[in-house]
Amino acid sequence: MGHPAIESLGVMTTQTPPADAPLLQMQGIDKSFPGVQALHDVALQVRVGEVHALVGENGAGKSTLMRILGGVHQRDRGEILWHGRPLEIRSPLEARAHGISIIHQELNQVPGLSVAENIFLGREPRRALVWVDWTQMRLRATRLLADLGLSIDPRRRLGTLSVAEQQLVEIAKALSSEAELVIMDEPTAALTIEETQRLFGFIRDLRTRGVAIIYITHRLEEVFSIADRVTVLRDGQYVSTTAVADMTLDELIRLMVGRRLTEKFPKETVAPGEAVLEVRGLTRAGVFEDVSFVVHHGEILGIAGLIGSGKTEVAHAVFGADPIDRGEIYLDGRRVAIPSPSAAIALGIGLVTEDRKRLGLILQMSVRANITLPVIRTLAPAVFIRRRREQALVAQAIRDLHMAVTSPEQLARNLSGGTQQKAVVAKWLQTHARVLLLAEPTRGIDVGAKVEMYRLMVDLARRGVGIVMISSEMPEILGMSDRILVMHDGRITAEFPRERATQEAILASASGRPPSAV
Amino acid sequence: MRFDRAVVHAALGHLSLTPIRNVLRRFGIAIAFVLLMAILAVLSPPFATASNLFNIARQVSINAILAAGMTFVILTAGIDLSVGSVLAYSGAIMAGVLVSSLPLLVGIGAGLALGALLGLLNGVIITRGKVQPFIATLAMLTMARGATLVYTDGRPITGLPDAFVWLGEGDLGWIPVPVVIMGVVFLAGHLILTQTVLGRYVYAIGGNEEAARLSGVNVTVYKTLVYGISGLLAAVSAIILTARLNSAQPTAGSGYELDAIAAVVLGGTTLAGGEGSIGGTLLGAFIIGVINNGLNLLNVSAFYQQVVKGAVILLAVLLDRRLR
Ligand SMILES: Nc1ncnc2c1ncn2[C@@H]1O[C@H](COP(=O)(O)OP(=O)(O)OP(=O)(O)O)[C@@H](O)[C@H]1O
Ligand SMILES: [Mg+2]
Repeated sequence: MGHPAIESLGVMTTQTPPADAPLLQMQGIDKSFPGVQALHDVALQVRVGEVHALVGENGAGKSTLMRILGGVHQRDRGEILWHGRPLEIRSPLEARAHGISIIHQELNQVPGLSVAENIFLGREPRRALVWVDWTQMRLRATRLLADLGLSIDPRRRLGTLSVAEQQLVEIAKALSSEAELVIMDEPTAALTIEETQRLFGFIRDLRTRGVAIIYITHRLEEVFSIADRVTVLRDGQYVSTTAVADMTLDELIRLMVGRRLTEKFPKETVAPGEAVLEVRGLTRAGVFEDVSFVVHHGEILGIAGLIGSGKTEVAHAVFGADPIDRGEIYLDGRRVAIPSPSAAIALGIGLVTEDRKRLGLILQMSVRANITLPVIRTLAPAVFIRRRREQALVAQAIRDLHMAVTSPEQLARNLSGGTQQKAVVAKWLQTHARVLLLAEPTRGIDVGAKVEMYRLMVDLARRGVGIVMISSEMPEILGMSDRILVMHDGRITAEFPRERATQEAILASASGRPPSAV
Repeated sequence: MRFDRAVVHAALGHLSLTPIRNVLRRFGIAIAFVLLMAILAVLSPPFATASNLFNIARQVSINAILAAGMTFVILTAGIDLSVGSVLAYSGAIMAGVLVSSLPLLVGIGAGLALGALLGLLNGVIITRGKVQPFIATLAMLTMARGATLVYTDGRPITGLPDAFVWLGEGDLGWIPVPVVIMGVVFLAGHLILTQTVLGRYVYAIGGNEEAARLSGVNVTVYKTLVYGISGLLAAVSAIILTARLNSAQPTAGSGYELDAIAAVVLGGTTLAGGEGSIGGTLLGAFIIGVINNGLNLLNVSAFYQQVVKGAVILLAVLLDRRLR
């Protein structure tokens, strides 16, 4: 199949490309969106069979660069060489035909279709050319998922899976195609340690088969455990490409943010006050059972647990988003009924949801409208919304959280993933809640921003806010919590004070094993 | 010699079409409207006279007001198929009250209240009964039409007071009364959608209902309200139509829902909800009105008019999709 771009450059095609040509070379890549130059003169070079990490702060342009490779965006300028030859990638289908497979940061699957249909979307196994071979499709899907250690029924509707499971399906999909280059845009953001380890096993497998991998992550430790080389982007510009072996974590952070980060967990313990939120015997049949806990003013309570342990569901129930079957909730000692999220907000409870695209943001609204949505009533004392006050609030939030936005009017869907996450957090800072439930608050945000987020939490705690932090990130659970609850299978299985918590003990309780280390 | 795409791309890279596209995207529908006016003015001299233009505005007002309510509904990702029937029913009640020689305001009030009530009923069925808007309002379309036929016994109600007829036929200074009413409706609609909590919530619900709920929006209440607004505005249209016809017709307004939806979509509001503006709807309604009027002036037969109108709507929407 002659590619027009190749044929017309006759000279190039008659020569075979040099044998040691890198698999992929991108040079001088520019890309602008209205109001932002997302990439400026960016270069990237990937060798056959290497794991190449791509890192940078939120909004640095990582996903944009990958979307150009994946045929989602077209570059404004620059050159892409594939096996040493110029390549035009005009659509996702073309990318796949060339052997480029991409796991997008923002899941883009069809929630209404089954898991198997999603995996084989656009390349369904056929019978007699027209009929989809359902049996074949289901069998192959089951095998793929089993390879990843998943026991998901491929007939289940994708929308019924958790974020992590959806992410794993997306990975299965990318692995199922015969790709020479697999791009993974923050594949582990929603995964637990075990799942991450399994994924790494796969990546190593792929590497030995000569497949190259571009790996984007904000968990920088991962760079050191899996990658061969790392390229750093900053503000849409190329900074460096280095062999991981010649690099330290501190060095990498300095390249990313342009300065040194002194501490990763700016934890300060605030002397806890009275109980602000108390939950007794909370039960939702089949989801969680007899959950009781207390959070005090100024305390950060960490809740750890594996996927499916029910930890996020508890937060949703306390917030009035899901119904409960039994149980009592007390706020500042007074028993309250929380039938709906608006009731929860009125009582001073906030919830930073886990899934920013599906639950956290209204993607086609502006950053401004998103941030003020929970408090918009208070901004309209009479009939009309006080524009000035709204703008002032939003400007403040953008400054406080260092959000990478071109203007407050930028649509939420055009923000980088990490900036979207900050927007969700910004929403709940407006409500001046006395209890903040944070579900995976730092998912997908960069190292610098993480530290800012932690500072913010400490700051809120100091002002007396009770914080419940639900997280799958062991380091932040250990680094930021005053007290840690562990959930397994819908029940609280252990509680640790900060001083006595260890990763091993938490993991043991989270997987339902008897806590030997305690 | 063949041109290589990459080379051409590199050479023309900075001659990007993006600015033109952006203008077209923002003002495409307005530009189309101006073009349409210009073409008609050339083809048919009587088109551009002041009296004809006021005439168009008077005719457009009915569909435009229906479409204003429809904009609210579609922004929440819903649809209201019942507006034509609700119009007929409220018109009949108004006329019925007025011919029994009760005061003007009582008649109008009764009609408006009925419209709003039927709309709220739509809303309750959709939110509490969890029925698809399409189905719920389709049922209302049939029921309200039936109720109109029952109430009027299938005959027009005539003999309306002059003060009422003035609302459809009269002028305030230079401006036809229906045009004034339309202006007030659109100004209020615009202010509500852009400056109030209700407006913010409408966009939020249409954009992502679950995220809106988790942000404290009482989705049930606000969605119900939106159908109430649509019903109320159908009753406002009923005032104008009934006054202009000087009678309440049992079959009035049938099929009007489709023109209203067309105006909303032409105006750039997406049926998926969450995106669009009421200003666009006004333009959309005028485009439809101008096409109707122009084709009349050009003596195009009524049968062909339908074909042309449909084609223009399709064309405009296709163009809009290409530009996005
Ligand atoms: N479709 C779009 N329209 C407008 N601006 C966009 C669009 N996509 C991305 N941007 C902007 O381009 C810049 C780079 O975004 P990108 O998503 O590539 O960042 P990233 O490095 O992947 O960040 P993160 O780590 O947060 O995912 C950001 O400023 C973003 O707002
Ligand atoms: Mg990204």
